Amino acid sequence: MDEKPTRRVALKVLGATLGAAAFERALSPLRELSEITSVGDFMQKHYRELSRDEMNAVLRRLEDETQQRYGREVTIRDVRPTEGVQFAYALNLSVCIGCRRCVDACHVENNHDRPTHQSYIRVLEMTSGSMDMEQGNTGYDHTVPAEGKFYMPVQCQQCENPPCTKVCPVEATWQEPDGIVVVDYNWCIGCRYCEAACPYHARRFNWHKPEIPAAEINPDQSYLSNRIRPQGVVEKCTFCLHRTREGRLPACLEACPTGARVFGNVLDPNSDIRWVLENKRVFVLKEELGTRPRFFYFFDV
Amino acid sequence: MLPVACEDPAGYADRSRRFADVPAGDGSRHAITVHRPASLSGIVGTEQTPQGQPVEVSCATCHEVLRPPPELPTSARTLGGPHSGLRFEHGSNECRSCHDPERYDRLRLASGESVPMTDALRLCAQCHGTQHRDWLHGAHGGMNGHWDLTRGPRLRNHCVDCHDPHAPAFPRFRPMPPPPDAPRRRADHG
Repeated sequence: MDEKPTRRVALKVLGATLGAAAFERALSPLRELSEITSVGDFMQKHYRELSRDEMNAVLRRLEDETQQRYGREVTIRDVRPTEGVQFAYALNLSVCIGCRRCVDACHVENNHDRPTHQSYIRVLEMTSGSMDMEQGNTGYDHTVPAEGKFYMPVQCQQCENPPCTKVCPVEATWQEPDGIVVVDYNWCIGCRYCEAACPYHARRFNWHKPEIPAAEINPDQSYLSNRIRPQGVVEKCTFCLHRTREGRLPACLEACPTGARVFGNVLDPNSDIRWVLENKRVFVLKEELGTRPRFFYFFDV
Repeated sequence: MLPVACEDPAGYADRSRRFADVPAGDGSRHAITVHRPASLSGIVGTEQTPQGQPVEVSCATCHEVLRPPPELPTSARTLGGPHSGLRFEHGSNECRSCHDPERYDRLRLASGESVPMTDALRLCAQCHGTQHRDWLHGAHGGMNGHWDLTRGPRLRNHCVDCHDPHAPAFPRFRPMPPPPDAPRRRADHG
């Protein structure tokens, strides 16, 4: 190093310093990522590629992470479908009064972000005689039911021919054998194509890290449904699969004060849902799109 | 249109993870219980116990001892005692349309059969047949518990849980708050 301090040397040093600084700056997103994503998270395989042991390891890691980030001990299970069960849901629009109890029950059951009061259900206030759901009003705030209106709760229709799963570039969302369309929140890249593809506005995007006080967290969680979602992923109604795959009724149904909701196994000929499908004049939303929803609506006639 | 199948089951690397291991049941089913509303066995007074609980008086407290007067009043306006001020908005019915004029703690069906208060469901069903039919098939009235009775029981609401038999129209009330991002007049995107 017997170069004299020339202009050339000074420029070299300056260049090297700037280069190192730029390199460091370029890497900073990775550093920030490591604060929200553990190595285990980063290396995790797709849900359907996990063996049972690997799945269990993932569940324990997610439980630990929930404890660290939210200060609450929770149980996260991998609840699988039952053979011979296909779910369907029906909703009686003559009986629904638009009270939004189902919206609130979903919010609580599924560990939604508290500040935005997120929920998988929106209730549309519709003008009697109209069936155009795009003209429905979700922001009504007056005594219900209002004169000349009917109320139509809309959530994921669990389509048999779902447009949302087809547009996913990474196969992070798919339809399960019991008909429920699920998301692997750890595989989702947050591109929101599925949200755009859904004709029912049923998918939600986590713009922020969900905020829930520890005391309000529902500790009964499952991997594919109500565990607290990470920031930057899409979420959706799963017919409360952590409840329904174990034979229980979904939270929105139990919350309904008028009994407008009917849920069950459509393959069971003696089920309530089958009776409704066979005896009521049911219809589906946006039938012309060919999505073949598993969610039906009907009026009493 | 081409049939659209569910996702390829081979998509699971571990085939045993495709379905849950549900032990085969013995064919037994859990019960469907109908909730029994307190209002069918007594009235809730406006007075409170020292603990702040509303006082509940069973029908029998008065109606087992008091001999009923020979005729039921025809209108709620003439009612006195614990029943005064009763709001009655249930069509053109009179008290004896449902209540047994011989035994005030019981109801009377159109057939003349006297039934206990707790059998009110049979009484309601006489006129509200379509609602009763829907209720029998789980398509009217709220419930809790299990859709799958092989795994657990179900609790059904009684007519009187939601409808006041003297003024049965479902009350209007304020809904839960709207979503904060909801535009006032349009269905919105998440």
